[in-house]
Amino acid sequence: MTGLWAVLLTTFLASAVEAIEMVTIVVGVGATRGWRSTLIGAASGFGVLAVVVAIGGVALSYIPIGPLRLGIGALLLVFGLQWFRKGIMRVAARGLAGIGGTDPQGDEAELWKGPGMDWTAWFLAFKGVVLEGLEVAIIVVSFGLGAGHLGGAVIGGVGAIVVVGGIGLALHRTVRRIPRSLLQLIVGVLLTTFGTFWALEGLGVEWPGADAAILGLLILYGATALVYITLERNRALGLRPAA
Amino acid sequence: MPPPLSWIVAIAQFLYNFIVGDDWSVAAAVGIGLILTAVLNVNHIVAWWLIPVIVVLMLGISLRRASQKVR
Repeated sequence: MTGLWAVLLTTFLASAVEAIEMVTIVVGVGATRGWRSTLIGAASGFGVLAVVVAIGGVALSYIPIGPLRLGIGALLLVFGLQWFRKGIMRVAARGLAGIGGTDPQGDEAELWKGPGMDWTAWFLAFKGVVLEGLEVAIIVVSFGLGAGHLGGAVIGGVGAIVVVGGIGLALHRTVRRIPRSLLQLIVGVLLTTFGTFWALEGLGVEWPGADAAILGLLILYGATALVYITLERNRALGLRPAA
Repeated sequence: MPPPLSWIVAIAQFLYNFIVGDDWSVAAAVGIGLILTAVLNVNHIVAWWLIPVIVVLMLGISLRRASQKVR
């Protein structure tokens, strides 16, 4: 039997890795679309997780994460590419302007001002919380049962989500200061990155460097954005690459 | 259109606009890429690079098409 503190520390760190991905998506969507619907979506995700954990219990570790990752990863990849493309077009056209400015194209990334629920923000936050939360639950249940300290493992997992979530919410004001067009581009790059990673993991593909591949994808897609922004600006100015 | 049918159509339209958006070719390329990745992976061929390549290429094609529409 593994010691209680070892269980706490291990599940806290393992869960924090997943919680960072969860909070990144929730804070990115919240800062872009508005917080009310995003937080309700995240809370709904936690509600679903609580029910799943309560019903599934030990059986949770046997739910096939592969098909889930493939489905949600593919959706996130296709949707993220929309924001990625529109973010490049806007940054190329208007630089870092965006907050408080009018938007000639108008699309999903606009801050929600309508009455009622912003279902796009709700759905994105819900998906992020459910997918990553399910991974946290699997880590906690399997590691906790294996070590004989399920209670300690639950405390470690929930503690990681609370700490990482608190840090993400504390920094959201900084995120909100970023111009909207750039924020849309950043969130598009993040969604495309995680979508790529999860979809291929769902197919059983092994990434070189495991989770470190996420950083490699971020760098690739970030560099791609810079190149395309430059090309779009040159195209708009009627410039041609030197022969 | 009677309510139950109109609701289904509205939900389907929302899902299409939400997931696919205004350039269906990007979503189609990603779908084909995932199928090819699965085929390569089943045959034990390294396949992690395919989707990132498709993402980069389709972004360029879609951006070029969009800027030509604006002109």
